[in-house]
Amino acid sequence: MRLVVDPIKCDGRGLCAGLLPELIRLDDWGYPIVNPEPLPAHLLPHARRAVEDCPVLAIALRRSQVKK
Amino acid sequence: MPDTLLWYATRGAGAVTLILLTAVVVLGILTVLRVQSPSWPRFLTTGLHRNLALMTLVFLALHILTAVVDPFTHLGWAAALIPFSSYYRTFWLGLGVLSFELLLAIVVTSLMRGFLGHNAWRAIHWLTYAAWPVGVLHGVGTGTDTWSAWMLAITAACIAAVGVAIFVRLTSGSTDPLATARASFRTAVDRREVR
Repeated sequence: MRLVVDPIKCDGRGLCAGLLPELIRLDDWGYPIVNPEPLPAHLLPHARRAVEDCPVLAIALRRSQVKK
Repeated sequence: MPDTLLWYATRGAGAVTLILLTAVVVLGILTVLRVQSPSWPRFLTTGLHRNLALMTLVFLALHILTAVVDPFTHLGWAAALIPFSSYYRTFWLGLGVLSFELLLAIVVTSLMRGFLGHNAWRAIHWLTYAAWPVGVLHGVGTGTDTWSAWMLAITAACIAAVGVAIFVRLTSGSTDPLATARASFRTAVDRREVR
């Protein structure tokens, strides 16, 4: 699994970065920059919470593509 | 004695519901205002908003259950679920039923927000601005304790809290983090067009 931000929906609320600072940091305008790597298992619950708590539903968990 | 116990529980749970609901509304507005500080991250506002909303529903359920179960009032379930169908204080009690059903719709749609999509959820969430004042009116109109000093103080404090929050929301302007960037881009474009 990995995190994907929808840049159209994202409003720069910054909740996700507060909930998951390990993988998400904010740029100068408060918009998230997400680590594109597959999620380590121990961060999965935090990632789920970041997805659920986004006020504009702009962040989602996607299944990682299988690397060739 | 259990009769009076139920009646006290109804009144107490009603007052607690008013306080909790007010806190939930204020926290909801603080979410929109993007309030934060080093000791108060934004996810705390939304987390409290959600958890207190669920707790509000618990006390509201207690408020309604104890009122219906109370053999002295013999209100019946219909009066608790169909607005303005109660023989007792038809109008004021009906407002309470209306407020309860609006809140139920708001909470249920929030729990399934992912399925509804953001716009539909938000449209329904705006009903809070109807549910809260209708609930307050229900409390003032039918409350046994309305004119006692402590209940007057609670009601006044709740109205003041939400009033201030709405005032701040209306006067705080844009919360768009890119507002200045957009504005300067706009003026740069305009300058080019004039030339």
